Amino acid sequence: MLDFILFATLPYVVIAIELIVSIKRYFSNQYKFSSLSSEFLESKKLFWGSVPWHYGIIVVLLGHIFAFLFPAEILAWNQQPVRLIVLEVSALIFGLLAFIGLVMLIYRRATNARVRAVTTRMDIFVLLLLLVQVVSGIGIAVTMRWGSSWYAVAMVPYLKSLLTLSPNINFMAGMPWLVKLHVTNAFVLIGILPFTRLVHFLILPISYIWRPYQLIVWNYERRKIRNLEKKF
Amino acid sequence: MDIRSQVSMVFHLDKCIGCHTCSIACKNVWTDRKGAEYMWWNNVETKPGTGYPAKWENQEEYRGGWEKKGKGIELKGAGRYRGLKNIFHNPSLPVLDDYYEPWTYRYEDLFNAPEGEDQPTARTISLVTGEPMEVNAGPNWDDDLSGSPEYARKDPNLDVLNETQREAMFQVERLMMFYLPRICNHCLNPSCVASCPSGAIYKRGEDGVVLINQDKCRAWRMCVTACPYKKTYYNWNTGKSEKCVLCYPRLETGQAPACMHSCVGRIRYLGVTLYDADLIQEVASCDEEDIINKQREMILDPFDPKVIEAARANGIHDSVIESAQRSPVYKFVKQWKMALPLHAEYRTLPMLFYVPPLLPVMGSLTGDTYQHAMEQFFLGVEEMRVPIKYLASLFSVGNEGVIRDVLKKMMAIRFYRRAVSAKDFSMDEAYKMLKEVALDEESANAIYRLTSIAPFDERFVIPPMHREEAIELLRATETTKGDAGFGHREAPERI
Repeated sequence: MLDFILFATLPYVVIAIELIVSIKRYFSNQYKFSSLSSEFLESKKLFWGSVPWHYGIIVVLLGHIFAFLFPAEILAWNQQPVRLIVLEVSALIFGLLAFIGLVMLIYRRATNARVRAVTTRMDIFVLLLLLVQVVSGIGIAVTMRWGSSWYAVAMVPYLKSLLTLSPNINFMAGMPWLVKLHVTNAFVLIGILPFTRLVHFLILPISYIWRPYQLIVWNYERRKIRNLEKKF
Repeated sequence: MDIRSQVSMVFHLDKCIGCHTCSIACKNVWTDRKGAEYMWWNNVETKPGTGYPAKWENQEEYRGGWEKKGKGIELKGAGRYRGLKNIFHNPSLPVLDDYYEPWTYRYEDLFNAPEGEDQPTARTISLVTGEPMEVNAGPNWDDDLSGSPEYARKDPNLDVLNETQREAMFQVERLMMFYLPRICNHCLNPSCVASCPSGAIYKRGEDGVVLINQDKCRAWRMCVTACPYKKTYYNWNTGKSEKCVLCYPRLETGQAPACMHSCVGRIRYLGVTLYDADLIQEVASCDEEDIINKQREMILDPFDPKVIEAARANGIHDSVIESAQRSPVYKFVKQWKMALPLHAEYRTLPMLFYVPPLLPVMGSLTGDTYQHAMEQFFLGVEEMRVPIKYLASLFSVGNEGVIRDVLKKMMAIRFYRRAVSAKDFSMDEAYKMLKEVALDEESANAIYRLTSIAPFDERFVIPPMHREEAIELLRATETTKGDAGFGHREAPERI
């Protein structure tokens, strides 16, 4: 029963919350969409926290997504032990990078008076959830070899069954508790995302790459409104 | 030719008395809020001095503005590559301590303290943490400290002087200072706009005011780095950047911005200039020694029939062209060539111009008497207490000739007016001086009038904003009839 709630119900609930709340907020009140940077208040420690954290977690997340999209390729790659070791070790390195960064960020938030002044209870909650996520992920990587292979075999079909709206919890039922914790915590993170500073994840400034540098905004089209030939 | 209009400003530094009334007017209207206490959209600093934030002119550290790259220009410390690369941690971002930690006093202690031997005191409290703090910096901490080692001597502009010149500047008898009030320059090639990854900053087409959309700002903080004048500020409480809005709600209703309206010395002028937007890229990327002239050439003559025709074709209203013709900024910048942009070498094409100061420069001690009249008028300019090189580093990208010309003009007008009203100076000599600076009597009188006795509506020629036309594009005017009353973010509808 608990498995059914956690792995067949919860994912739909959190995705519904995530989509509805963030879309509604995006179109009604974008003011809340901000990365809420605190670099202005404390910069030095932030460097040692934010940079490893972001690079680490981005690579690890992309790895999860890549393996989800191309499980067969991952398995093919992993057939040679050397390649498997290379993949696992580099994944672990980025996971550890994220862990070190996160610990630094938590330490900074706890000890710097100025940063504490802009810390909400939700910020602390998010940091704890992220810590659980990263620690459980590293725990899985170290104790349950080889994650990249069994993720492709056992987890990808489960996630695909979620996507096709026919959740198959059999894949999850037999998993060790650590994996269950990792997956459940991930769902919770998705669910609270629109209520936290994590929303900056949804608004990456990608269009900056192709937009022109200068932006001019007209309140109205002058030439049209003052076209003397055309009365309006 | 793509003619646009720009609301631009002139600050006449010879008249600034450093009273900070402008700063206070601005603070009370715009930045008296949590997270904005440290911001001074308008600030006044003493030169030579380090300014606010400390040493903001040192672009090796803050990396603001544009730098030349090949034939074009690129942002120095932000932009597509550097900005996105540094988005997790921006190494060139000034932090709170580069400005100052805002504070207040625990006044209630004065009333609540138990009876005792000592006078109760109101302790200093940080407005960020709420904890007691030591105050050791403020927004005008270098006020009048022109000889101080901590402030004056650390002025980045002194780098252009050699050791002897620098030492000479700080001899007690030669000490000099002047005030530099600063607001956002509402540049034509704004680096803050270019640096914003989320595209939240924009320049208004109609009047050129540069604004930050608070809904779209995502706290990537690149604008703070990119603005070489450090006139975009990060609100640590809301997680949004903010900047001077040139009091656009006041401008739209025909009022002067709060800082300008309140100016005690009447040093501020505001008016429309017409410029050719097609030239922005070219002027911003030209050789350093040409920037001052080319930017001046970009500003067009509003009396020229061709310009008027092109402006009309571009949809600029006759009333705006008419106010461009009366614009005091056009006169000071283009006609008389007396007002210069601040640090044009940052290549943002700032549209706030300064008339460099003459007074502190000309004063001298003869015996016990302080005087600023010279036997040999123009020789005086050459022997000024402040090296012209220093002023040139601020206002003319190092070109001393430009500064000398302006100061000589001011000097000539001063003597001419003295000959006219006090009559203790030979009129022939005055004419000779005017001739030397290529001014006719009419212009000299016009400059004198605008400098000294111009009333409010000559100093501030605010163009009509024509919002009544803007609304007609969106909806029929009769439907807006029921809209008066409270403002709403979302439509006030029942469920």
